[in-house]
Amino acid sequence: MARWQGQLIKVDDYRWKIPENYKTGMKVPGLIYASKEMLESICEEQTPEQVANVAFLPGIVGYSFAMPDIHWGYGFPIGGVAAMDIKDGVVSPGGVGYDINCGVRLLRTSLSEAEVRPRINELINELFINVPSGLGSEGKIKVSQKEMNQLMVEGARWAVKRGLGSEEDLDVTEEGGCLGGANPDKISDKAVKRGMPQAGTLGSGNHFLEIQVVKEIFDSHTASIMGITEIGQILVLIHTGSRGFGHQVCTDHLRVMEGAVSKYGIKLPDRQLACAPLESLEGKDYLAAMACAANYAWVNRQCIAHWARESFSRVFGTSPEKLGMRQIYDVAHNIAKIEEHQIDGRKLKVCVHRKGATRAFPAGHKDIPSYYKEVGQPVLVPGDMGRCSFIAVGTEKAMAETFGSTCHGAGRVLSRGAARRSMKGIDVARELERRDITVKAGNISSLAEEASQAYKDITKVIDVVHQAGISRKVAMAIPMGVIKG
Amino acid sequence: MKKAFEIIDHTADVGIIAYGADVEELFSNAALALFSLITELGSVEEKLHLNLEVSSEDTDSLLIEWLNELIYFFDAKHILFNRFDIGNVAHNELKATCYGEGFDPMKHKIKIGVKAATYHMLKLDKNGDGYKAQIILDI
Repeated sequence: MARWQGQLIKVDDYRWKIPENYKTGMKVPGLIYASKEMLESICEEQTPEQVANVAFLPGIVGYSFAMPDIHWGYGFPIGGVAAMDIKDGVVSPGGVGYDINCGVRLLRTSLSEAEVRPRINELINELFINVPSGLGSEGKIKVSQKEMNQLMVEGARWAVKRGLGSEEDLDVTEEGGCLGGANPDKISDKAVKRGMPQAGTLGSGNHFLEIQVVKEIFDSHTASIMGITEIGQILVLIHTGSRGFGHQVCTDHLRVMEGAVSKYGIKLPDRQLACAPLESLEGKDYLAAMACAANYAWVNRQCIAHWARESFSRVFGTSPEKLGMRQIYDVAHNIAKIEEHQIDGRKLKVCVHRKGATRAFPAGHKDIPSYYKEVGQPVLVPGDMGRCSFIAVGTEKAMAETFGSTCHGAGRVLSRGAARRSMKGIDVARELERRDITVKAGNISSLAEEASQAYKDITKVIDVVHQAGISRKVAMAIPMGVIKG
Repeated sequence: MKKAFEIIDHTADVGIIAYGADVEELFSNAALALFSLITELGSVEEKLHLNLEVSSEDTDSLLIEWLNELIYFFDAKHILFNRFDIGNVAHNELKATCYGEGFDPMKHKIKIGVKAATYHMLKLDKNGDGYKAQIILDI
């Protein structure tokens, strides 16, 4: 692919602007958060062009943002953030992505590396059996059509009511694990049929469940509020989304949006940016359907977290409570939400699209749980399975600059095919084993696609958002065991 | 014989290029490319068949709808296909008979879970040799 040749203006060491006059039709400038070094690889593809294209969308305010983990997506880049005024703006399913409410949940334990290391194989095997991948197979929970309708509206609470988790889990989940406005009438029969067998499954691709060891604590006060107190402490990270259900919702509504684009006379530089006014029937229907898929994803992570606790409990022969297995937080990183933000000194209601971007609200914000009022909302940033993951918190600067948003992960640098050609899955497994990382995957050959070399170095991504001040790093953990679908 | 399809790279996902002497063959080859990504085509036997009808606004979106319909049958009903008889594609409508069998974990290996066909970088061209289409799939 051709290198991007457009104009970038350096704002400071971590901010690069695509001026509004770069392309006729841009309504706001673009702003990319990256180091100079990362910018080189970002410009190797046409990703900045996608940042500029998003700036065409009606009602966009501020900037079309790109986080340092940005890579090429469909229409919107992955790692993109865009806020549209609810009065004259649009909502775009492409600004959310196919995997609606793909996100991350982090559990802590009171176990240490020394206690878990000798049992790691047993633990990984137990998790692999207990947490269904759902790939071509059915999940552990059988969901009827009626129950599907309930869980779409109730979100994570639906699972908690069935004994899968606790009320406390809901307190430390973005939106309490339930996005309002969900309406199952806006969901196609096809989406329901895809969703029913896959509820409570991990899925494939870059989704995983990881047992991690805390390696570094940057801010001990904030970490202790999250219950992270020691180097060597064991954490459990779950990364999954809304499975085939969310994909079908996106596919269905993209089709509706195709019609809406011509109906409302919206001019777009890319068909995949299809959108509809937030105030239109098409826009409202999408938001109601997207909320159903977001809630499905929260049910998914709620179930998987419960089975992870059960697995630990079985292997260590004691209750999850005695093992200190409490949830730190759960964040969405593919979602659109109606939020209130200060823009040019006035309060404005906007629809914030975060596609491969995480909400990062600061201390004191009304929408974060009381636990974290003093320190800010936890931000969970998984790296690839061979490197490390970070825990950060939201900041005032994020609120002022990026509609309270930050990065979401490492971001790919190699395509799956290129990764497969450059290494074999079995070699990746051996390399991980050599570094004391136990991996169990449904499909060993797909491991190559998720190898470290296929991703940007997460440490560099975190450094940019930390230095730019749109989040503050708290702790870093490395993987000890990974299960993949 | 001219090749039926190729698999191409895309940073986050994967793409296919399908060829066909006519639109019908193009649609059939695109479907074969899709299932070749999901499983080993050679491991699928013709044990059942299904009649599908798809319609859309134009040929480009008909192709996307067609692949999304097949993805739905794989994802919701766990059916793998390896042969497609496509009737006349006209007026943005398509009728097809699809042959394959239900997924059997003892027999079939799932290589990747393809989740959607997208409009991203979608290209459908006709030249002297026939038709060529590029589709990026979300996985």
